[in-house]
Amino acid sequence: MSASNRAGIRHGWRLGLVVVAMFGFGFALGPLYDAICRVTGINGKLSGEVADEAAITLVDESRLITVQFVTTVNGGKPWEFRAEQSEIQVHPGQLTTVNFFMRNTEGRDVVAQAVPNVAPWNAAKHMHKTECFCFNNQPFKAGEGKDMPVRFVLDPALPADVDTVTLSYTFFDVTETAKPAVVLPQVQGYQS
Amino acid sequence: MANAEAHHDHAHGHDDHHHGPDKGIMRWIKTTNHKDLGTLYLIFAFSMFFVGGLMSLVIRAELWEPGLQFVDPEFFNQMTTMHALVMIFGGVMPAFTGLANWMVPMMVGASDMALPRVNNWGFWILPFAFTLLLSTLFMDGGAPAGGWTMYPPLVLQTGEGFPFLIFAIHLMGISSITGAINVVVTVLNLRAPGMTLLKMPLFCWTWLITAYLLIATMPVLAGAVTMLLTDKYFGTSFFTASGGGDPVMFQHIFWFFGHPEVYILILPAFGVVSTIIPAFARKPLFGYDSMVYATASIAFLSFIVWAHHMFTVGMPLAGELFFMFSTMLIAVPTGVKVFNWIATMWRGSMTFETPMLFAIAFVFLFSIGGFSGLMLAIAPVDFQYHDTYFVVAHFHYVLVPGAVFSIIAAVYYWIPKWTGVMYSEFWGKVHFWLSAIAVNVTFFPQHFSGLAGMQRRVPDYAVQFVDFNQVSTIGAFVFFIAQFIFIGNMIRCMAKKGEKATQQVWEGARGLEWTVPSPAPYHTFEDPPKVNDEILGFPSHGKAH
Ligand code: HEM
Ligand SMILES: [Cu+2]
Repeated sequence: MSASNRAGIRHGWRLGLVVVAMFGFGFALGPLYDAICRVTGINGKLSGEVADEAAITLVDESRLITVQFVTTVNGGKPWEFRAEQSEIQVHPGQLTTVNFFMRNTEGRDVVAQAVPNVAPWNAAKHMHKTECFCFNNQPFKAGEGKDMPVRFVLDPALPADVDTVTLSYTFFDVTETAKPAVVLPQVQGYQS
Repeated sequence: MANAEAHHDHAHGHDDHHHGPDKGIMRWIKTTNHKDLGTLYLIFAFSMFFVGGLMSLVIRAELWEPGLQFVDPEFFNQMTTMHALVMIFGGVMPAFTGLANWMVPMMVGASDMALPRVNNWGFWILPFAFTLLLSTLFMDGGAPAGGWTMYPPLVLQTGEGFPFLIFAIHLMGISSITGAINVVVTVLNLRAPGMTLLKMPLFCWTWLITAYLLIATMPVLAGAVTMLLTDKYFGTSFFTASGGGDPVMFQHIFWFFGHPEVYILILPAFGVVSTIIPAFARKPLFGYDSMVYATASIAFLSFIVWAHHMFTVGMPLAGELFFMFSTMLIAVPTGVKVFNWIATMWRGSMTFETPMLFAIAFVFLFSIGGFSGLMLAIAPVDFQYHDTYFVVAHFHYVLVPGAVFSIIAAVYYWIPKWTGVMYSEFWGKVHFWLSAIAVNVTFFPQHFSGLAGMQRRVPDYAVQFVDFNQVSTIGAFVFFIAQFIFIGNMIRCMAKKGEKATQQVWEGARGLEWTVPSPAPYHTFEDPPKVNDEILGFPSHGKAH
């Protein structure tokens, strides 16, 4: 009896180890998810790297792509946030600048962070930006408004079935945490 | 049980091994006896069914008419969230653990669960967990209201109750993990000599596989809710987009737990039904081996289908297709099971006592839930069904006439063995018919309102849905009231009022539990029993199964 009981207790501890391992696995799913998304680009996140303007030479004049801009303010903030034009047409390889405008309509200073996303998912890794207000968080004085240019280029390797790309920005209020920006050049990771 | 071996030492830790139960409240607090703990689990589970049931009545009363009647939308959402958490983690899961505690040792011929102390802790964590969870109802900001799936960022808006929600989930997780470890160790180490794995009662098989699912997935849920906690209070950004995280990632992690979880809620039910149907058809279970393999394949597949809950988040086409087809694949082993149950009844000499009635209703009504599941598995149409009452109808068909009916059937089937007294068959049948009709009245119309576009988790709705909702509400109240017949019937047994039960109880019942007297003595199988095919319900001559 007591021999089988000792075996039972040992068996119990072994299962306990599996529990601990699975708890760890739950956390590992985070980086794993991020890695999969980065390799495949399926969640529409951008690579976060600042594109090198000099490296872009070839313009594919045979294709014309519609790029649409969507602007959202998170969490019911009353801020004004819009793109100067709602869409434009570009050739792949053509460096383009679009102005965005945001005004802090609140009576207090805020720090805002924009998070970009691209749809369809398979266009995400072909959208390169050389300049973007989303690279850093943006401080706004009470009532202050700012024009913010975005310089981007679609690389000519954009899949042939894509004729419309949507670039969306959501502004989050990060006044309280005011952490370094998400999409810092060269810095990647889901945890800041 | 005065027993000849009463004097050997206590080194193996079963302190109360050799005498009867202690007296008074301390018996229940300190008990390590599997039968006491089984009873405690079941009483706890039925109390939670009652609490969760009251919450569902608040929901149904509010939905009697469009517009707002009784509660404000915030409280309504607290009710939908808490109803689900209480029913799943407080009702169905502890009820099955209670059944496992009572029956697994008796079915495998062991004197107790393998780790009796752990068993005691596992149970006594639960009242604390649910005190934490239910106390959130009285806090600033109220109970969690973002749905039982706890999606961020919504759930992060919960008020002061938020950390209580997280710790309650942790405690429930620890409790079910201890229960699961106990089942695995008992089933794998303490089987009577001669009971090979493929001669083990099917209830033990389904519970063994459930236990592995619990051990593999509850820690993942614990991890996910811990990340929610640190996102809210410690500035991490696992799921916060402004910090570089991704809220959709929570959904992936949650459903990686969540889909196996729905099988945790149904596999033990499969075991119960596979025990009851042969007993009342007076035939061995058809296709025993295929039942075991089907259960194992369902468990395996349950790990690769999770994103069928997320068809609308914007997955790539390949993902939609993969999760659509893998989900449909689950219907194959499930179909094998339903086929086997029906084949067991085929040409059996059936009688229709209450446990059998509930088991047959299970087969029919669970299958309806399986079919609506198949409809939901079709990714392109799920875009229409998702987050509507059609989904609500689906999971209530698999959970109420599925999991809950099997629990009720199990209690009717085994309570004569537990108490030594027969329940009232008349009131059992009344309870059955009221429940079987009311459950359909409640949930069938929800298929229609869902297809027509009524959203779940919203207290108001378009006027066109009034009729369906009123039918549903009437059904819900009838169902709730009918359960008091059951409670009364069971209390009557526990008070030992009624006809005395025989040892065999049911003519066609097979298994070691029927070889001990009714009521089962406080200690059973101190010496391992002898087993053979006849006792275990396998065909005893010719080729085995
Ligand atoms: C043939 C078997 C099954 C299939 C194909 C299936 C399929 C599905 C699908 C596709 C959904 C997602 C619907 C949506 O949100 O749009 C779903 C939801 C659900 N299913 Fe099933 N299911 C099956 C069996 C079960 C079983 C056995 C249970 C539990 C005992 C269950 C419980 C649930 C629950 C609780 C939800 C809703 C979760 C939520 O969003 O709150 N299902 N099912
Ligand atoms: Cu599922």
